[in-house]
Amino acid sequence: MEKHLKVSAIKEGTVLDHIPADQLFKVIDILGLTHSGNQVTFGTNLDSKLLGKKGIIKIADRFFESDELNRIALIAPQAKINIIHNFEVVEKRELSIPSTIKGIVKCMNRVCVTNHQPIETLFTTISGDGELRLLCHYCEKVTRGENLKIISNE
Amino acid sequence: MPRHLISIHDFSKEEMLDVLRMAAEFEKNPSQPIFHDKVIACIFFEPSTRTRLSFETAANRLGARVIGFSDADNTSVSKGETIKDTIKMVSNYADLIVMRHPLEGSARYASEVSSVPVINAGDGANQHPSQTLLDLYSIQKTQGTLKNLKIDVVGDLKYGRTVHSLLQAMSHFSPTFMFTAPEELKLPEEYKVFLRGRGISYTETQNLTEGFNEADIIYMTRVQRERFTDPMEYERVKNVYSLNAAMFDECKPKMKILHPLPRVNEIAYDVDNSDHAYYFEQARNGVYTRMAIIAKLLGAK
Repeated sequence: MEKHLKVSAIKEGTVLDHIPADQLFKVIDILGLTHSGNQVTFGTNLDSKLLGKKGIIKIADRFFESDELNRIALIAPQAKINIIHNFEVVEKRELSIPSTIKGIVKCMNRVCVTNHQPIETLFTTISGDGELRLLCHYCEKVTRGENLKIISNE
Repeated sequence: MPRHLISIHDFSKEEMLDVLRMAAEFEKNPSQPIFHDKVIACIFFEPSTRTRLSFETAANRLGARVIGFSDADNTSVSKGETIKDTIKMVSNYADLIVMRHPLEGSARYASEVSSVPVINAGDGANQHPSQTLLDLYSIQKTQGTLKNLKIDVVGDLKYGRTVHSLLQAMSHFSPTFMFTAPEELKLPEEYKVFLRGRGISYTETQNLTEGFNEADIIYMTRVQRERFTDPMEYERVKNVYSLNAAMFDECKPKMKILHPLPRVNEIAYDVDNSDHAYYFEQARNGVYTRMAIIAKLLGAK
């Protein structure tokens, strides 16, 4: 059986695997990789036992703080993080949903002040019954997981 | 006590009771110029005659000077000034800011950029905490207690922010609720979940007078035309949800009717002369309650 990687290996850096295929570009956006000077390789719609179709991103010579990575937990909660040194996985990390979310997400309330004035959004996460919901610090309305709109880093 | 008054959620039961206690003091002696050296800014980005006059009266009775504007049309806001810049400027001038703004969350944001205390006098459909505190004051004053009361809430339970805040505030005092509303304006599920979580029992009905005879308080709200997609439906509901004096023949003698005002036709004029009508006194209680809030935030007593 032929065995080769669809997205070639990196020597040093971070691999984000098991990203839902339709969220790949949002993940790239949230991590600010559109403006990164590092070598970034990615693939999407790859076959996955877990997700059906998945995306993968490999960022050479870049290591993230947990806080930075946890921001993608909103849209890719099952993503697996592998830290690579000298082509070997030296550490595996799982994401956890942070208790507060600053920026990244838009409040779904049209008349929320954050949608009209230059204010960074701030939410408290309410998990619990399996579904992720965000309580806006300003207008006190709840944005449900299915309505999440990501603020572009562009 | 928080340094600002933004949302009823920021208040513990004890803090609310403390404001009510102070309001009762001010009612006994409503002219106390303890803040004759203070300037209070009332900045209203959308018009609200009632709330603005109530706050300005409270400030004046405390001896403070009042500056501000009553709508944003002729101010720098109409030139595109941001909330942040307006608040930064006003907090240089005044010792306390009372603010109303149509955007939800605007008051919370103002409190974060202001160097002086901010009172939220209404941020869109979100919060109007001084109204809630004056409602509590009125309930306590007329019933002698806040505990174990039967409260009928009638009208627009879907969009009415005074209703939502009242439920949250009263939830500390083991009330029983009757919610009377047309199908289109029923209480949203999230508030029912909240009440069930607190073990508070409630009944829902579309029949206006159901529960009137057992009620301690009837809290009436205005049904607004703009909430309806079908104008015919609005006309029907408006005429159904209207109180008249004959409905109160068999109620508890101490039962009082509250209304945040302005009323349109949801309370007939013949109710005004009944012992149950309390909405005008409720408005007067608003002045004492707002005096208490200002005094708290400016650090009196």
